[in-house]
Amino acid sequence: MIDETLVNLSRLQFGFTAMFHFLFVPLTLGLAFVMAIMESVYVMTGKIIYKDMTRFWGKLFAINFAMGIATGITLEFQFGTNWAYYSHYVGDIFGVPLAIEGLMAFFLESTLVGVFFFGWDRLSKVQHLGVTWLIALGSNLSALWILIANAWMQNPVGTHFNYETMRMELTNLSEVFFNPVAQVKFVHTVASGYVAGTVFVLGISAYYLLKGRDIAFAKRSFAVASGFGLAAILSVIVLGDESGYSIGAVQKVKLAAIESEWETQTPPAAFTVFGIPNDKEQRTDYAIKIPYVLGLIATRSINEPIFGLKDLIKLNESHIRQGLFAYYLLQQLRGGDKSTETVSQFERYKSYLGYGLLLKRYTPDVVDASEEQIKAAALNSVPKSAPLFWTFRIMVGAGLIMLFIFIAAFYYNAKRNVEKQRWLLKLALYSIPLPWVAIECGWFVAEYGRQPWAIGEILPTFLGTSSISSNQVLGSLSGFVLLYTALFMIELYLMFKYAKLGPSSLGTGRYYFEKDKDKKDLQ
Amino acid sequence: MIFDYATFKLIWLFLIGFLMIAFAITGGFDLGVGALLPFIGKNDKERRLIINSIGPTWEGNQVWFITAAAAIFAAWPFMYAAIFSSFYFALLIILLALILRPPGFDYRSKISSPGWRQFWDWSLCFSGFVPSVLFGVTFGNLFLGIPFEYDDTFHSYFKGSFLSLLSPFALLTGLLSLSLLLTHASFFLQLKTQHPIQDRAKQTAQIVGLLFLIIFCFTVYWTLYKLPGFQITFIPDINTSFSPLVKQVSMLEGGWIEKFQAYPLAWAAWLAPITVILGIILALVFSSYNFAAIAMVFSSLAITSVIVTAGMILFPFILPSSIQPNHSLTIWDAASSHLTLSWMFWAVVIFLPIVLAYTTWVFRVMRGKLSSETTLKSESY
Repeated sequence: MIDETLVNLSRLQFGFTAMFHFLFVPLTLGLAFVMAIMESVYVMTGKIIYKDMTRFWGKLFAINFAMGIATGITLEFQFGTNWAYYSHYVGDIFGVPLAIEGLMAFFLESTLVGVFFFGWDRLSKVQHLGVTWLIALGSNLSALWILIANAWMQNPVGTHFNYETMRMELTNLSEVFFNPVAQVKFVHTVASGYVAGTVFVLGISAYYLLKGRDIAFAKRSFAVASGFGLAAILSVIVLGDESGYSIGAVQKVKLAAIESEWETQTPPAAFTVFGIPNDKEQRTDYAIKIPYVLGLIATRSINEPIFGLKDLIKLNESHIRQGLFAYYLLQQLRGGDKSTETVSQFERYKSYLGYGLLLKRYTPDVVDASEEQIKAAALNSVPKSAPLFWTFRIMVGAGLIMLFIFIAAFYYNAKRNVEKQRWLLKLALYSIPLPWVAIECGWFVAEYGRQPWAIGEILPTFLGTSSISSNQVLGSLSGFVLLYTALFMIELYLMFKYAKLGPSSLGTGRYYFEKDKDKKDLQ
Repeated sequence: MIFDYATFKLIWLFLIGFLMIAFAITGGFDLGVGALLPFIGKNDKERRLIINSIGPTWEGNQVWFITAAAAIFAAWPFMYAAIFSSFYFALLIILLALILRPPGFDYRSKISSPGWRQFWDWSLCFSGFVPSVLFGVTFGNLFLGIPFEYDDTFHSYFKGSFLSLLSPFALLTGLLSLSLLLTHASFFLQLKTQHPIQDRAKQTAQIVGLLFLIIFCFTVYWTLYKLPGFQITFIPDINTSFSPLVKQVSMLEGGWIEKFQAYPLAWAAWLAPITVILGIILALVFSSYNFAAIAMVFSSLAITSVIVTAGMILFPFILPSSIQPNHSLTIWDAASSHLTLSWMFWAVVIFLPIVLAYTTWVFRVMRGKLSSETTLKSESY
C-alpha cells in the first residue's frame, strides 16, 4: 500500500526546498540584467558613477547568488533521493533538459561570476561588460531549461511508455523543447524575475532618497529600475501564463480550479472576481462575476468553452476506467502474453495508463478496483479549488499594486522630481516583499494545481517517491528547516547591512558615510 | 543516429567518466584547499589568501559535479534513482557540505568578528573534508556491491543502513580519495601562494602524497585479490533495450582480478594503476623543486588514472547488487533510450568545447600568485 505519511513528507520537503530556492532565483534573474544595463551605460558614457552602481548592486547580487547556488543543488539531488521512482519513470526525458541546463547555462553563469567580481582590474572595460551580459544570459538560459523540464511535468509531450523497462521514453525532443506551455511559462517567469530585481533596486534607492543621501547614485538607480521594471511588469501581466492553461488536460483542470468553475458555462465564460470556493459542496458561495472576461483571458476567443470541474471529473472517471483496462493489459504483457492482439490493444489504451495508476492509492492491484474506488479516484483527480482560488488572486493583486508603483515611478522619474514624492518613495520601499509574495503564490498555483499528478496524466505524485521510510524524510526535512532558517537569517542580516550602508561599502571614498558632513551634498 | 545503441551506451560511460574526472581535478583542489584551510592558514590574513586562491573559480568547478549528476540522471536513470535513494543520508551529508560552501566563501569576510570567521573556516574545512571522503566511500561500496534490489515494477529497495556503508574497505577508499585530493590541493596552494603558506603546502604534499601511495597500493591489492567480484554469465543482445532484471550475474572470489586480466592486452590494463603511482611520485619530485605547475599536471594525470582504474575493474557494472547480483546495473541495461543517448551526445559535442574554452579563459585571466597587498581588497572574500 501507499505510505501516505511518506508521500506527504516528501511533498512537503520538496515544496519547502523548492519555494525556498525560489526566494533567490528571481533576484538573480532580475539584478543580472539591471547590472548589465548599468554597466553598459558606464562603458558608453565613461561616467564612473555607473561603474559604482554596477559594483554596489553586484555586491547585493553576490549575497543573494550564494544562497541561490547553495539551495539549488538540493533540488537536483532530491529527484534521486526522495523521488526515485519518478526519476526512474521519466528520467529518460526529464533528465535531458536538466543536463543541458548544466552544460549550456549553469556553467556559463557560475564560471563567469567569479570574473565579474575579481576581474575589474584584469579585463578591459568591454571584456568585463561582455562577462556581465553573459552572466545575465546564462541565468536566463538556466531558467529556460528548468522551465522546459517543469512544463513537461504540466504537459508531457514527445514521449511514450515502454512496457519492457516500465518507464516513459523520448520519442520527439523538439516537441519537448517547443512545448507551448514552456514558452508561456518562460516569458512569465523570467519577466517576474525582472520585476523582483527592479522592485528591489527601486525600493532600496527610494530608501536613500528618503534619507537624503547619495542622491545622484540613488536617482540614477531609480531611473534604471523604473524603466526596466515597467516593461517587465507589463510583460508579466499581459503575457500572464493563464493563456497557457488552455493547453493540455492538466492545465484545463488547473484553470477550472483556480477560477472555482464547477459548471461548464456557455462561452465566453464569466470571471469570478470574488467568491468563497466550497470544495465539499462543489460550488462557489457569494460569487461576484464579470461576464465574458474569463473566456477572453483564458481562450483568447469568444466561442471556446472552459470546462467546469464537475464535467472534468466525469471525463476523468471514464479515463480511469480505460486506464484500469490499460493496466490489465500491461499485466498480461509483463506476464509474458505478447500476442499481437494484446500488444495492439495496449497501444490503443496505454495513453490512459496513468489514470489507471491513480487507483493504486486504493488498491495495489488496480484491476480489482470497486465502483466506489473508481468514483473516489475520479473525485480526487482534480486539486482542491479553495487554495488555488486564493493564492491566484493574491498573486494578481500584488501584480496590480506593482504595476501602479512602476507607472508612478516612471512618470515622476520622467518629470525629474521623484525625490519630492515621499509617498511614492515610501510605497516603493515597503513594497519590496511584494514580488516575492506574488512569485511564491504563482509557483504554488502552478504546482499544487498540477495535483494529483507528478507528470500530468502519466504518473501520480504518490507513486513517485523513493522506497524509503517516512522517518528518514522526517529527519531530512527537519534538517532542511533548521539549516535554511539559520542561513536565511544570516542572508537577511547581510542584505540589510549592505543595503543600509549603500555605495559607501565600495570603499571608493566618494559616498555618504566616507565623507565629512559638510561635503556630503557635493553631488 | 550515427552510432548504434551499444556504441552510444559505451560512449556515455566515457562521457560521464570525463565529467567525473573533470570535477575530481578542478573541484578536487577546491575541496582539498577547503579541508586544509584551518591547518595551513595560521592567521586571518593567511586564511583569506587561501580562500581567495580558489575564490574566483570554485563555483564554475563545482558545476562539473552538478553536470555529472544531471548527466547520470539523463543517461542512466536507473542508476540515478537507485544510488541516490540508497545513499540517502550519505548524500544529504554531502549536500550539507555543498550548501555550506557558498556562504562560507561569500559571507565569511563580510563580518569581521573573529568567532564568525572561525566558524566559517571550520565549515569550509568540513565541506572540503567530508565530500572528499564520502566520494571515495561511495566508489568503494561499488566494488563491494550495494545491498539493493528491485520489485517487478522497478521500485528499488535498499536493505542496508548509512553505517553499513562505512565498512573498513569503504573507509579505506574514503581515505584514498581524501589523501589524493589533499595532495593535489597542496600543489595548487604551492602554485598560487608565497612563503610561508607555500612552504607549508609543499611539506603537506610530501606527507599526504606518500600516504596516498601506500593506501592506493593496498586498496588495489585488496580489491583485486581479496574481494568477491561480479561477472556477467548471461546477457541479451547489448544492442537492444532490455530490463535490468533479465541478465544473470555471479559473484565469486577473485572475480575482479579475473575480469581485469581478461582485457585484451592484459599487461596494458596494468598501465592505469602504474600511471597513478608514477604520476604521484613524479609530482612529489617536481613539487620538492618548486615546479608546482608541473606537479599539478602529474597529480591530475594520477587522478584521471585512479578513476580509469576503478572504471576498468568495474566495467561494465555501474551499480552491483550484493543481495541480488542479477539486479546489478550495468551500462548495457541502466541506460536511457537510444534516442535520448543520441540527442544528449550532440548536446555534449556542441557545448563541451565551449565550456572548456571559457573555463580555460577564466583560469588564464585569474592566473598568477596571490599576495596580501594586491589580493585582499573590498571585492575579495
